[in-house]
Amino acid sequence: MVLKTEEMTLNMGPQHPSTHGVLRLELQLDGEFIVNVIPHIGYLHRCFEKHAEFMTYPQVVPYTDRMDYLASMYNEFGYAVAVEKLLGIEVPERVEFIRVIMGELQRIASHLVALGTYGADIGAVTPFLFCFRDREKILSLFEMASGARLLYNYIWVGGVSRDLPPDFLRLAKEFVDYFRPKIKELNDLLSFNKIFIERTANIGILPLDVAVNYGITGPMLRASGMKWDLRKDDPYSVYNKFDFDIPVGDGRMGTVGDSWDRYYVRIIEMEESLKIVEQALNQIPEGDVLSAIPKRIKPPVGQVYGRVENPRGELGYFIVSDGTVNPKRIKVRPPSFVNLAVIGELCKGHMIADVISVLGSIDIVLGEIDR
Amino acid sequence: MRTYLNNIYMALSTIMIGMKVTFKHLFEPAVTIQYPDVKPQLPSRERNRLYVNMDDCIGCDQCARACPVNCIKIETVKSLPDEDLGQTSNGKRKALWVTTFDIDIAKCCFCELCVFPCPTDCIYMTDVYEFSEFERENLIYDFVTLTDSERKEKKDNYEKMMAEKAAKEEAELKAKEQASKDKPEEKK
Amino acid sequence: MIYEFLSNITGSEILGAIISAFLPLFLFILPFALIAVLLERKVSAHMQDRLGPMRVGYHGILQTVADILKLIQKEDITADANDKTLFNLAPILVFAGSYAVFAAIPFSSSYLGSNINLGLFFIIGISGIVVAGILMAGWASNNKYTLLGAMRSAAQLISYEIPTIMIVVTILMVTGTLNLKEITELQSGYFWNWLIFGGNVTGIAKYLLIPFMIVGFVIIYISTLAEVNRTPFDIPEAESELVSGYHTEYSGMKFAMFFLAEYANMFAVSAIVVLLFFGGYHSPFGYLGNTFGITWLIPIEQLLWFTFKGVGFVLVQMWLRWTLPRLRVDQLMAVCWKYLIPIAFVNLLIVGLITLL
Repeated sequence: MVLKTEEMTLNMGPQHPSTHGVLRLELQLDGEFIVNVIPHIGYLHRCFEKHAEFMTYPQVVPYTDRMDYLASMYNEFGYAVAVEKLLGIEVPERVEFIRVIMGELQRIASHLVALGTYGADIGAVTPFLFCFRDREKILSLFEMASGARLLYNYIWVGGVSRDLPPDFLRLAKEFVDYFRPKIKELNDLLSFNKIFIERTANIGILPLDVAVNYGITGPMLRASGMKWDLRKDDPYSVYNKFDFDIPVGDGRMGTVGDSWDRYYVRIIEMEESLKIVEQALNQIPEGDVLSAIPKRIKPPVGQVYGRVENPRGELGYFIVSDGTVNPKRIKVRPPSFVNLAVIGELCKGHMIADVISVLGSIDIVLGEIDR
Repeated sequence: MRTYLNNIYMALSTIMIGMKVTFKHLFEPAVTIQYPDVKPQLPSRERNRLYVNMDDCIGCDQCARACPVNCIKIETVKSLPDEDLGQTSNGKRKALWVTTFDIDIAKCCFCELCVFPCPTDCIYMTDVYEFSEFERENLIYDFVTLTDSERKEKKDNYEKMMAEKAAKEEAELKAKEQASKDKPEEKK
Repeated sequence: MIYEFLSNITGSEILGAIISAFLPLFLFILPFALIAVLLERKVSAHMQDRLGPMRVGYHGILQTVADILKLIQKEDITADANDKTLFNLAPILVFAGSYAVFAAIPFSSSYLGSNINLGLFFIIGISGIVVAGILMAGWASNNKYTLLGAMRSAAQLISYEIPTIMIVVTILMVTGTLNLKEITELQSGYFWNWLIFGGNVTGIAKYLLIPFMIVGFVIIYISTLAEVNRTPFDIPEAESELVSGYHTEYSGMKFAMFFLAEYANMFAVSAIVVLLFFGGYHSPFGYLGNTFGITWLIPIEQLLWFTFKGVGFVLVQMWLRWTLPRLRVDQLMAVCWKYLIPIAFVNLLIVGLITLL
């Protein structure tokens, strides 16, 4: 006679120290092991897409900042790419270089938050503080250029809001030299630590076909073995002028596509971004950054889908215009929303303490998921 | 057996390496500052509390229209033809009395979109970031320099002028009608 | 010596015994626990490139006073469905189990709370009361998460006592006595006589013993780290299953008792390690009192050396806490049963063979 046990439902509620925002996870347990995880979202919904129907095109930019607040430059970048495609205008080269520099620095800053908070969830508190100390340097660079530390309103449709201040290039070069040894220090302290490897290797294995079927993009997809990056496969802006590599997970500490791979892909991406920033700082041309900003943005009737490679995946903007100064409809494809859907598959058969580990490796931002 | 010994060796060696990193940091100086006693040095483009220089404002409403959260409220009143309001600092002649210029700084999202369209550069962001208040109504900043009685006076002047104009037009219209009524009689 | 001194003053032996047992508590351990709270915050802050408490007192020295005042004036919440007797008894047991250990530890050559022949056995036994206290705390909170947390913590504590006891037996084979005072007297002289360097043994056996003593030291350090629930073994204290483990429901002074008991426990286990391996209160280089001829200075010097070594090991425990991530519960058990116990056992056999030489 087989004993039948019931499944227990446990709630990791909206207020929890390690769910990275207001996310509610409903865990269905069979004893100690997980049968299913159902995420409940919507606690941070702020009606971005409805607001955008009443704003003019330049006024939408501060709203796009606030979606993924840890990578604001890239949100603005994506919006600018999409609207410029709709309008059919070309921007000066200096603007493109500035956008790339800001975007890649923002990628480093966003990955530092992801790695730091992941370590803090696992229990190592010190790397969290080291990551935030390095992030402060990037934020002070941004503050010098745009005036704000987190929500910039810097990259506008047709250009950037102000030119770089005179000290920026020198200080950015100093940052690049300062940051390289810090990645090595982070590796010593956290990445190759045996206890950390025990907690993250072979946990939450994402096979490649499952990833492609769910539509996962970004570091999660690259950790499962596929070399797909929009900066190389569908290039926008001037990324085709730079020489950088796309890191892929190779399963050296466990299997391909486990949490350690997702963590390590992010570290290598930070190094590659440093390479891009260095090359861009050397090659940046002179020019006028305000010349292509249109006085009144009134695009022709039509629709466009513009996409960029956010630090978390593919960020897409689908804009429908009806010929007036307000967009008719803006729909955003947030990468974290699509990536979060796979958490049920990843956690099957693991224990409760592993849910936190898997969730940290997916790297979600609730502002983006709920908009 | 080999993985067993390898595990032990890896555990001990990586823990030692980690401990060396933390030990080195014990002797490095702190990167934090003691805030209320020492304040950080902010760059010149810093976006903090808004300020409007009312001497230069011409009441064009560009900033209110550019704001994405509608936190600026402007009401203007046309001046009488013989009044002289003076000039702004870059030579433009002012023609409107600004009777209401409220900025709700609690709503402001500090995006700086209002600063760019201003033709006289009278609205700008200062470097004041410690402006908390105890009452929420104190966060609605009123920048107009006219007193209440003056505002009422300008409004009344305008309405009187409009009323006079309306009365004059009506009188002219009546006179025209009268004239057109008289004319056919003459023709006869 | 102090025992005779006190019993002469008070005129009765029992009173002298009681006072000499309580003396280290109030003069030494309780202030140490209070200082250790602040020390941990300052050490962790400097490791993370920041400054820690700076406002209360000069560079934050009076921070613990502020914390204790805050905890005293908090409301003592007891839920209705709690088992009141057990709920109130649990912090007392944990506190008592941690502090009672100090009655048998020699702080210097003239001070020993009670000179029992089974000193080491007493210490291991009395720290088992803590397990009972933790289980009571988890059960009486009437909360299924604290119950699970308490059971995990109890499982962790009793599993990790086994390697500790094995290493203690190893030391026993080398020294031949359980009396803590005699074990420390065995290590007198210079640091070469310390047990980690082979002890008082003569001949080739001393050099053969050194690597096995070092292995024994590492094992006992790790297993006592697990006994006091410090990272990387702090699953019972940190988000164990989403909540804060067995002391979630406690507030105010009872929580303070758990807290202080933890720091006293840290010092107790590092005191045990120092006594067994690093020479107890003996100085590695000789005494200033001897060179100057002032003999009453020697016990004070020994007290200082003992404190210095004990606090050094406490600092290493804090250093480990801020460097390492946490182990999952099943991995914790695997480390104990699959790694520490076999190695301790093999160590025991080899040391036993060497002592036959």
